[in-house]
Amino acid sequence: MKSMEKRVAYLRERAKELRKSALTMIYEAQSGHPGGAFSIADIVAALYFDEMNIRPEDPQWADRDRFVLSKGHVCPIVYAALGHKGYFGQEHLHTLRQEGAILQGHPCMKKCPGIDISTGSLGQGLSCAVGMAIAGKRDKKDYRVFAVVGDGECNEGQIWEAIMSAYTYKLDNLVLVIDNNRLQIDGTCDEIMPNIDLTRKLEAFGFETFDIDGHDMEEILATLAKCKASKNGRPKCINAHTIKGKGVSFMEDELAWHGIAPNQEQYEQGMKELREAWCSEENEEEDPTTVEEYLEGMKELEGGAK
Amino acid sequence: MMAGKLIATREGFGEEIVTMGKQNKDVYVVDIDIGKSCKTVKFRCELPEQYINVGIAEQNGAGVAAGLATTGKIPFVVTYAVFGSLRMVEQIRQEICYPNLNVKIACSHGGLTPANDGASHQAIEDMGVLRTIPNMTVIMPADYVATKKLVKAAAETYGPMFLRFTRDAVPVIYDEDQEFEIGKAVKISEGKDIAIIANGDTVRLGLEAKNLLEAEGVGVTLLDMHTIKPLDVDAVLEAAAKTGRIITVEDHNIINGLGSAVCEVVSEEANAKVKRIGVQDQFGMSAPYERLLAMNGITVENIVATAKEMLGR
Ligand SMILES: Cc1ncc(C[n+]2csc(CCOP(=O)(O)OP(=O)(O)O)c2C)c(N)n1
Ligand SMILES: [Mg+2]
Repeated sequence: MKSMEKRVAYLRERAKELRKSALTMIYEAQSGHPGGAFSIADIVAALYFDEMNIRPEDPQWADRDRFVLSKGHVCPIVYAALGHKGYFGQEHLHTLRQEGAILQGHPCMKKCPGIDISTGSLGQGLSCAVGMAIAGKRDKKDYRVFAVVGDGECNEGQIWEAIMSAYTYKLDNLVLVIDNNRLQIDGTCDEIMPNIDLTRKLEAFGFETFDIDGHDMEEILATLAKCKASKNGRPKCINAHTIKGKGVSFMEDELAWHGIAPNQEQYEQGMKELREAWCSEENEEEDPTTVEEYLEGMKELEGGAK
Repeated sequence: MMAGKLIATREGFGEEIVTMGKQNKDVYVVDIDIGKSCKTVKFRCELPEQYINVGIAEQNGAGVAAGLATTGKIPFVVTYAVFGSLRMVEQIRQEICYPNLNVKIACSHGGLTPANDGASHQAIEDMGVLRTIPNMTVIMPADYVATKKLVKAAAETYGPMFLRFTRDAVPVIYDEDQEFEIGKAVKISEGKDIAIIANGDTVRLGLEAKNLLEAEGVGVTLLDMHTIKPLDVDAVLEAAAKTGRIITVEDHNIINGLGSAVCEVVSEEANAKVKRIGVQDQFGMSAPYERLLAMNGITVENIVATAKEMLGR
């Protein structure tokens, strides 16, 4: 069980680094969407640094697991993951939304290595994930497809069309993660277009569902493992209960932080909070301090597991 | 008074729609979860009985608006131009234009103005696509003043309409008392050597180019063709007859927008050469708005250079 503890500690640190990078990107660009980036940071960390079978040095590897950010506006958190994984040089992490950048305001698969499909117009990415998953089945490949969809995004009818095709084609290689942060732009989801109970809805649409705390790394990992193990022909849905803006106190659960950049003071305060986050005293003593050391620790873990 | 002041035309929409809603209880706003950035928050607060938000569901929004219109209401469906045109185009065709219902699609983020959001959010095909649907009127005001007047006119004139506003700020070029009529160009200047026909956020560029050309003794007819459909055919033919040379300027793909509309008329009914300045049939990217315009030659310098080339100077 020690190894699970280490994995969790490592991934939490990773998620923290992703948040710091994303915040820096949005601050430097003075534009972007911090709220919904932070709500999925832990899940993105778990996927890119633990779960997904990917090769950063070969982004087009045919057997790779796919990642679809259907809610494309929060791409800085994924750019951070791609950058930290080595899909491209770290210097790119300072070019968000700039002229000529590979890091477009919304993800562009033609410009940025590691982006499996271009997104930005809500409601469309999940259909593309379905297409990738169907191809995986037809080509008898083992890869899996992970799609992150917003709870506001679930307003789009196309999401439900995609959900129906995933069931029809028995896509147990598809994992739909709903970022249930309860906020969209003009208000809470309950005010604008209540989702009522997404787990029950997805269950009724034939998915195998999991209700989780999207910031509990242990639960994230355990659920991803269950998704992987379950080859029952049913697509998977992780209804991740999250907090928009998670990790920076003044952004948490705040509608206003959907799509604005922090000023210098807010940025510094945010970075400070992120640096100090989750550093309980015992952890501080036990855990390696740099990302590189974590990576080393991770390698050991991986080696041990195999 | 306001001349020269920088202000996004979406602001003008947000103000005028409140005035319209107060005057006429049938004026509705149908928001699609981007009311904040499309400037309908004031309307929502002050006229909640005339306000609906359908969430992030453009196609549903178009249909709901059509239903409202069948009962005599005048819904303004409010979203970004790329979604308000392409995402719900078939609903617009089947349920709004075919039955000729009184629905207005009022969109912020027209053209390249959602600059750093990147290509996914830039609307370069919207006016062209909607122009091809029968019964549709397609409008892009040049500035804040024009926006307020044309939004008022839209609310008071029957029929399906698409109105397109800027995300980014553009200078105010008109006096408060300037009049606007849907389907009628504003003749900003009259000259015999060359005609510049622009719309929306590019009228300001046409104006600057006109001033530079006039300083060199070139007579310029400058038209603000805020309505590209129905096109002011008489104004185009008059400009063609007078100058024999037309430059169109638009923040839209050169295919099927203002330039194409002008060419259609000129090729059938006039003897004039037309050069189109606009987005060069290519997707945009994240970059400053002015840079995106420059990448497509939508600049004062290019208008002036094109004019000189046509004049053989
Ligand atoms: C088709 C479409 N309509 C509208 C938008 C504008 N928009 C960007 S983000 C957003 C709200 C998204 O809410 P949600 O899916 O809950 O995402 P999150 O809370 O994670 O930011 C909207 C309406 C868009 N990008 N695409
Ligand atoms: Mg949300």
